[in-house]
Amino acid sequence: MTHTGSERIRLQLASSMESVAQVEAEAEKLLHTIGIEEDAAFPLLMGIREAAVNAVLHGNSYDPAKSIVVTMEHDPETLVITVTDQGEGFSLDTLPDPREEENLLRGSGRGIFLIRSFFDEVHFRQLHPGTEVRLVKKLADSAGQAS
Amino acid sequence: MALSIATRELDGVTILDLSGRITLGEGSVQLRDAVRELISKGVKNILIGLGEVNYIDSSGLGELVSAYTTAKNQQASVKLLNLTKKVKDVLQLTKLYTVFDIYEDEASAIASYK
Repeated sequence: MTHTGSERIRLQLASSMESVAQVEAEAEKLLHTIGIEEDAAFPLLMGIREAAVNAVLHGNSYDPAKSIVVTMEHDPETLVITVTDQGEGFSLDTLPDPREEENLLRGSGRGIFLIRSFFDEVHFRQLHPGTEVRLVKKLADSAGQAS
Repeated sequence: MALSIATRELDGVTILDLSGRITLGEGSVQLRDAVRELISKGVKNILIGLGEVNYIDSSGLGELVSAYTTAKNQQASVKLLNLTKKVKDVLQLTKLYTVFDIYEDEASAIASYK
């Protein structure tokens, strides 16, 4: 497995579930290209999908006048994904821990927890309007082992 | 691959054999409809087979939880069977593994309803 070279992909997509599928497909291709094995790729793809769903659903509320922008870039050491929406933003302070006893039976609220579980760094930036989430994975950790 | 659901009955237990993905926009709605239909018919013992489910997202997890709580509110019971490693890992990560009754073989699952 080699992580030589670097690459940057930028996608500007409609606020739709078809876009989420496209993001998943592009991410899957990229992870395969840079040599991340399936077991290690699975949680990363899951986190990327959750971020894209958040942007389309919670950020842009499927608004056809709004788009999401996804960038994927890597160098030999690091994979960085950003997902940006044009929504009104949100406060991280209001996000409860879905693993707490009182939240276990909630029907929602696990997306950002999953994203944070699967990436080494997760940064949110409020853009007024819009939110950018930046996902960082150190590739040495992903090589051949599931996170 | 979208979700497909096959329904069968065994010893008073209705088994939903799921295959595919349980995700927002794909499997979540089918799962919700299937469980609600059973409960509206008065079915009390529901076993969800996940042996062919290779992907679940946060929406799908929420749907499993909703199936569990909807059933419980109607004095019915939803249990899980044959988790794939990927689904099991996510259930453990989110601590939902502690919520559900989970079985690795069908006979034990069926016996648990008696």
